Amino acid sequence: MSDIAIKVENLGKLYRLGEIGTGTLGQDLSRWWARTRGKEDPFATIGETNDRTKKGGSNYVWSLKDVNFEVKQGEVLGIIGRNGAGKSTLLKILSKVTGPSRGSIKINGRIASLLEVGTGFHPELTGRENVFLNGAILGMNKAEIQSKFDEIVDFSGVERYIDTPVKRYSSGMYVRLAFAVAAFLEPEILIVDEVLAVGDAEFQKKCLGRMKDVSRNDGRTILFVSHSMPALKNICTTGILMETGKVSFSGSADEVIDYYITNFLSFNTDTRIKITDKNREYDLLRQIEYDSIEFVNPVEKNMYSTEDDIAILITLKSKIDREDFRIAFSIFKMDESAVGTFFSQETLSIRKGETKDFVITLKDHQLAKGQYYLDFSVGIGNELIGATEYDVVTKTLFFEIAYKDTSKTQMMVLWHSGWGAVNFHNVDIKAI
Amino acid sequence: MDSTDVLTKPGRPAPATAEPEEWTEVIQPKTSLLDLGLKDVWRYRDLVMLFVRRDFVSTYKQTVLGPIWFFIQPLLTTIIYVIIFGNVAKLSTDGLPTTVFYLSGITIWNYFSLTLMNTSTVLRDNAGMFGKVYFPRLTMPLSIVISNLARFGVQFALFIMVWLYYIVKGSSIHPNALIILTPVLVIIMGVLSLGLGMIFSAMTTKYRDLAMLLAFGMQLLMYATPVIYPLSSIPAKYKWLIMANPMSCIVEAFRYAFLGTGSFSWGYLSYSLAVTIVVMLAGTIIFNKVQKSFTDTV
Repeated sequence: MSDIAIKVENLGKLYRLGEIGTGTLGQDLSRWWARTRGKEDPFATIGETNDRTKKGGSNYVWSLKDVNFEVKQGEVLGIIGRNGAGKSTLLKILSKVTGPSRGSIKINGRIASLLEVGTGFHPELTGRENVFLNGAILGMNKAEIQSKFDEIVDFSGVERYIDTPVKRYSSGMYVRLAFAVAAFLEPEILIVDEVLAVGDAEFQKKCLGRMKDVSRNDGRTILFVSHSMPALKNICTTGILMETGKVSFSGSADEVIDYYITNFLSFNTDTRIKITDKNREYDLLRQIEYDSIEFVNPVEKNMYSTEDDIAILITLKSKIDREDFRIAFSIFKMDESAVGTFFSQETLSIRKGETKDFVITLKDHQLAKGQYYLDFSVGIGNELIGATEYDVVTKTLFFEIAYKDTSKTQMMVLWHSGWGAVNFHNVDIKAI
Repeated sequence: MDSTDVLTKPGRPAPATAEPEEWTEVIQPKTSLLDLGLKDVWRYRDLVMLFVRRDFVSTYKQTVLGPIWFFIQPLLTTIIYVIIFGNVAKLSTDGLPTTVFYLSGITIWNYFSLTLMNTSTVLRDNAGMFGKVYFPRLTMPLSIVISNLARFGVQFALFIMVWLYYIVKGSSIHPNALIILTPVLVIIMGVLSLGLGMIFSAMTTKYRDLAMLLAFGMQLLMYATPVIYPLSSIPAKYKWLIMANPMSCIVEAFRYAFLGTGSFSWGYLSYSLAVTIVVMLAGTIIFNKVQKSFTDTV
């Protein structure tokens, strides 16, 4: 019995850029004309000589080139890479949605892919009907779906509405039901793409848990693409890093994620940042908005010791009069997992047209050695009465926490990532 | 990072893995033309039926009359034809009552044209879904043929009712034993429209103009088929031209079997059958070839 589930060999995918559609008949005719005269295909030659993925060089681009890797049975492989690195193309070929231009993929076992949840859901059909349709699209037969139907409905938590057309569902319910169908697929190999970016936090946790279950307990192979480092770290055993259509690094999941973080997530030592749209993930009204954020009394390389206070000056601009807003900030680790958040009292005020500075000082931060970055928000209200955010800015300032004098005063010079991101030091121990 | 080689962590032993002798599946750039994946289609047969169901439910949800529309559409068309072609243009119906004459033609023609029109856009219409998940693409056109077959069944029942009414009334209708050929005619028609539809579907992914052409072409084709006129009204000189259309023989045979006028010959039926088989094979091959890479071009 073999233990390789997927073997990818010299895989390549050539894409033609630009407008496809207009003028193709002309191209096709000249291609045909060239062939009948025994000449080479005038358009393919461009692609053949374009060995490197150069931008602007030609109309053809290798979206994937010479990709080689193996996945063993029971392995959970995380695929990491920036946008455009070829992750999606790889998944598309693996799920047979499109064909490769070169190379081959050998698969041992039944494969099912989730590039999207709820594919084929029809708004007019009821939840029940859609479960069957979607399940069949994903490769289950009617009897299989029937036998798991109760579990699926139970997992989704939309039991009450199962006979209602899904067009009346909230988007959350829709996604829950869709994911539930997928979660009960029983292929030997499962391919999952970013589908966890939807649903509320509790449901996301449930999904991740389910995936973990499936791989640990049932020994199934999973290929998982996500931008969420915590999610990848949580469920993957091994990983590959993709870059410009190639596999540039492979190893255990932790190794690959660490490599990616150090090489690709841009830790920088700017001490002041002018806020731009690059820092904004949400399209908010921004009645009050961040203009700039900077460290007060900046330190070299933004490297603070475990004992330093961190002081930050923020500059807000307002289009409204407001007497009672709050600001908040969160500290994140470089793998995008949150460490903690601070909410101010709702006592800050600003006037229409005013540009106002505030200084925030984080005392006794208790952060462990490592690299961090800061997100900020400004808004009113809370979870109970309903919150309104005026502006949310992410990945603003980056900083590092280090030990001041590693040789003498500190017991620990290294900090293990498994210990978390907080190094408590306001702790009393007494013998009684 | 511009390195082309794969960096593996040093000290990681090359995995000693045994390769299976037989892979479940191998994905390669090129596959044989005749690799139609029919086995896969069979495995997904439940999906075909679910697509059929989806078609029905989604078409008639939130309509007041629901499936009654199956009846209304051919009835209205027949009435219009009776008025325009029968009463105004006074086209010959071979002495048959105009209603039953037109209804027979429309019933048959509707099945053919609806199936062809629906399958011809199947790849483009479902590009979103096809781009996200794999299932045998053939299931989609197959489901269209089947759901249209059910629609045809209802319309055929309507035709039978009208037909019986005229028989009881004692009109000049002379059904004969060829009625038992009806299933064969329906199958030929279904397969022919499926084959043609798949060819068009594959071509329209690249050349969208064909979709326009087809909509127009279907109207022309109806006039090149003895739907609103009997074959006998065509001068003998041009008869071959009409009969070159494989649908002509089907419509004529159907009419001959049920109404007793028209023409029927085994020769023409064999011809239709032969064309159908060729079209179906070509359609399946072209469709299969295109579906492997069409998500890149749509």
